[in-house]
This record gives sequence, C-alpha cells and structure tokens, in this order.
Amino acid sequence: MAIALRQPSVIPGFGITLGFTIFYLGLLIVIPIAGLLLYTLQMSWDDFWRAVSDRQVVASYKLSFGASLIAALINLVFGAIVAWVLVRYRFTGKRIVDALVDLPFAMPTAVAGIALVTLYASTGWVGQYLNVYGIRIAYTQIGVIVALTYIGLPFVVRTVQPVLEDLDKEAEEASAIMGANRFTTIRRVILPALLPALLTGFALAFARALGEYGSVIFISGNLPFRTEITPLLIVAKAEQFDYAGAAAIAAFLLLLLINGLQWWASRRYR
Amino acid sequence: MHAFQPRNFFKTSVAALAVAVAVPVFAQTTITNVSYDPTREFYREYNAAFDAHWQATKGERVNVRQSHGGSGSQARAVIDGLDADVVTLALAYDVSALHDRADLIPADWQARLPSNSSPYTSTIVLLVRAGNPKNIKDWNDLARDDVEVITPNPKTSGGARWNYLAAWGYGLKKYGSEEAAYEFTKKIYANVPVLDPAARGATNTFVQRRIGDAFIAWENEAFLAVEQLGRGEYEIVVPSVSILAEPPVTIVDRNVDRKGTREVAQAYLEFLYTDEAQRLAGKHFYRPSNPAIGAEFADRFPDVNFFTIDEVFGGWKVAQETHFNDGGVFDRILREINQ
Repeated sequence: MAIALRQPSVIPGFGITLGFTIFYLGLLIVIPIAGLLLYTLQMSWDDFWRAVSDRQVVASYKLSFGASLIAALINLVFGAIVAWVLVRYRFTGKRIVDALVDLPFAMPTAVAGIALVTLYASTGWVGQYLNVYGIRIAYTQIGVIVALTYIGLPFVVRTVQPVLEDLDKEAEEASAIMGANRFTTIRRVILPALLPALLTGFALAFARALGEYGSVIFISGNLPFRTEITPLLIVAKAEQFDYAGAAAIAAFLLLLLINGLQWWASRRYR
Repeated sequence: MHAFQPRNFFKTSVAALAVAVAVPVFAQTTITNVSYDPTREFYREYNAAFDAHWQATKGERVNVRQSHGGSGSQARAVIDGLDADVVTLALAYDVSALHDRADLIPADWQARLPSNSSPYTSTIVLLVRAGNPKNIKDWNDLARDDVEVITPNPKTSGGARWNYLAAWGYGLKKYGSEEAAYEFTKKIYANVPVLDPAARGATNTFVQRRIGDAFIAWENEAFLAVEQLGRGEYEIVVPSVSILAEPPVTIVDRNVDRKGTREVAQAYLEFLYTDEAQRLAGKHFYRPSNPAIGAEFADRFPDVNFFTIDEVFGGWKVAQETHFNDGGVFDRILREINQ
C-alpha cells in the first residue's frame, strides 16, 4: 500500500486532492459519526440492548424499514419510467417536467409533509374521494409510504437518466434486426445496461427514506406501535435529554442499514 | 460608471469608521431571549416596552434577539452553546436541565424571582368545535368512547406534559386513587387518533385537518386559535379543575457573566413583574401573576380550581421520572392501549 501511494500518478495533484478528500470527509462525516458512537459508549451493554430492543422501538424499525423499502421499490419502477420518458421522447414542456423531478430535493420537507397531508387527509382534495371507498391514507402506514415515495423520487430518475442517455441505440436496433421482439429487447438489452444505475438509485432512495423525519411526522399520525417512525423516537429521546438513548437507536439504525446495504452489494457484485 | 478607486474606498472606510466610533450616543446592548413557540407575539410587544423603559432610565437602547422553538429543543440548544442571556421556557424541567446538564445556572434558580420565577401563568383548557356538538363539559367527557381527543405526545412536547398532568390530576381528585387516575388517563389517550410531536402540529391537526372533537390546549393557545384561526368556529371549555401551568424565566448566569450583560438581563426579567408588563401578558392571553392586574382581566379568565405540580406530583423532577421517562407511566399506558 505504501509503495502504491508513493508511485507518482500520471495525473498531477494526487496528494493534495486525496488529503483534501480525507479532511473533508473526516470533518463532515467521520467526526459526527464518531461522536455518535462515543455517546453510545457511555452506556453499558445491557442499557444499549434495552434501548434498541424495546418493543416500541422494534415496531418503529419494522415500519421505517418496511415503508422505506416499499417506497424505494415504487420509485424504482416509476422513476425508471420517468427517466425513460425524459430521455427518449421529445415533447413540449419537457424541460418543465425535468425540473419538476428535482422539486422534492428543493422543497423543505415540512412543507412537503403539510402539502401531502392537506391533499390526502379524509377532508383533503384527494382524500375525500378515497374516503368514500373506505381508503384512508393520511395518519396510516400508507401515508408514511406516500411521503417517503415523494422524497425518494429524484434519486432513481437522476441516476438512471445519464446512463440511459449514453445507451447505444444501435444495440437496440441490432436486437430488433436479429428478430427479438420489444419485450425481449427491453429485458435482454436495455435492462442489463441500466441495472447498476437502477440499483444505485434504489439504494439512495431507500437510505434517504430511512432517515426522513420532516415530511413524515405530518402525515403519519405518529401513533406508537402503529405509525411511529424510528427517527421520531430518536427525537423523543433527545427531547428528554436522553442523548445516549437517542444515539444508541441512531447507531443501531445505521448498523442495520450498513449491514443491509453491504449484504445487498455483495450479492450484486458476486 | 466610476472605476473602482482604492484611494476613495479607503477614505470612505476611514470616514465610516470614524462615524461609527464617534456616535456612542446610540449605544446599544444586545441580549438574547430563548423562548418557546407561543410567546412570539407577547415578547415582540414586551421587548419594545422594555427597550423604552431602559432608554428612559439608563439612556441606552436594548436590542432583544428572540429565539422561538419547542421548549425542550430550545433548552438543548442553550446547553449546547446557544448564547442565551435569558431563557423563558414552558416548564421548569427544561430550565432545570440547564443546571443539571451544563451547570449554566445555580440549583436554586427558581427561587430568585417572585411566583416561582413565573411572571405569567396559564392553565390547560379544552377547545371544542362551535356549538359543542359532543357536549364536552369536563375532563371525564374526554374518556367517553364517542369522543376523539387531540393532544401532542408528552414525550416530545414539553407543553403537552402539562396536558397529561392536568388530566391525571383531575382523575386523581375525582376518583380518589392513583390506580383510578391511571385508568382514566389511559382512556383519554386511547381516544387520541393522531399524536403530533409538537403543539403547533396538533393545533394544525385539529384546526386545519378538522380531526378530533376536543383539543387539549394551553389557555393562551386556545384563545389564539379562537381569535386568529377561526372566530366563531371554536369554543373554549374550562374544566372544573385544572393544573396551574407555570412557564418559568431565568437569566443564564454563565452567559451573562461572560458577556457582561447581567444587569440588563436581570432588569429585563424583573420588568416582567411590573404592572405594564403584566397587562401585556394578560393582553396576550397569559394570566398575570399579580392578582391585582389579574382582576382587570377577570372576564377573560374564568376562575378555575387550580392544583400545582408541586402539590399533586411533588415537582417536575419526580413527575418527569415517574411519568415521562422511558419505562415510565406514560410508556405503560401506550403499551396497554396497543396490546
């Protein structure tokens, strides 16, 4: 390793940019996470386990992971379709649609949450019609999924879009000439090329959804055991000045997420 | 357009600096008041009044920077280094944390100003929809099966801990035992369809989403809802007994001593007890702690049979540990409701 570092690179500036990268990541990511782990070190193993395995907390993991997974899957499918439309067709208003995709990034999440609940509450514009059929969205677990789908949308679109743009049309034409029907072309030619981008977008949307707080708390109803997400429980602990307990749940959530992503990545690159 | 000339720029800078130095007539002190959400309007007016008072007595302007947010998160911000000269929060537990967690104030902080350091008080009342369609008259109506109740989560909202304690205190007085008070409080929380993390969100749920039949609220916020959000759409129901909510104030000793602002910060808080400030509090729907001024607002604030947190719960520390900490009574209630 040491030898590899000393070898001069063809591109100049390796030392300074690497140094800067490490400093930057350290300041913004490593130090805060180290602080998080330090807080949990104040607890005994028993306290830590009690904090992260409490029934109410476990119920919130199930909701947070489940809803994030469903939301990311929805985004995987519909994000791919949106990216496809934006790359492959020309139509008026395309640039507006393209800009709309970024809106969930730009809008304050609290505003998004209030807007969604206004829409989907049983008195809301959309909710009142769904209510006729007995479908309730706001203040149920479906509401959580709706909010998480909203904030995760741009990830899949923005990761798939550039890959799709670079995709050779010739390959599709060749596939067609060689007698493949459209479905086979999509399945055997386009999807394999898009797969890495799709999976990256999916993972980003999932991770983002897991940590989301601002928009969800307005639409979920926050009932313990039913519609309470894990980030809310972390806030609740901090609000009682129980920093260690809050850090424990946060660290455990991070652990689950990293493990999950690693397991998934190892399968992906096998 | 002029070309940029460094020489002129330099001259202007020197002149500006000279002006800035030569005008001590407009000397101004800045202090920071870290408060909780619904005091926004009150302190805007109070700060102007105090500025005028300080100018008249000391010939100096005071610029008060306000910070508002949830009471617990505001306390945490001060602990973590927000430069507050004074804090004016929703409950003594949050202020005590400044001593317990960071030693910013002495242990006996609450004895330093009159009335438990609470220049204005409030109480917990019930807000119902116009005409009171569910005929809600008192706390026990909230335990009925046909009533939906909106209140924030006491684990995340400091203000909502008063709500919970008020209900518990009523149950205790009415049914005579801790066990009965527990069952009574549990029934009320079983009727809560949406448990918002903070008071503002809960108001939104009740007012904008039109969910729930009764909203447990601080009296001053109930008045605000009636006055601002929908005149004629809501009614305030004053229960037979309720808790005396005492939002306390204190100077943050460590900060004022470092910044040299103790005198003005102290005066800022003492001025809260003057007749002028007490009237302002009444105007903004807080009950003045001075009974003489309180009498002027008698038609606004009906008599309530009050109990205090010290009488019924033995103070905030005990109440917090018994009821709201992890594994406490409120957690047990949630667990049993969701079994």
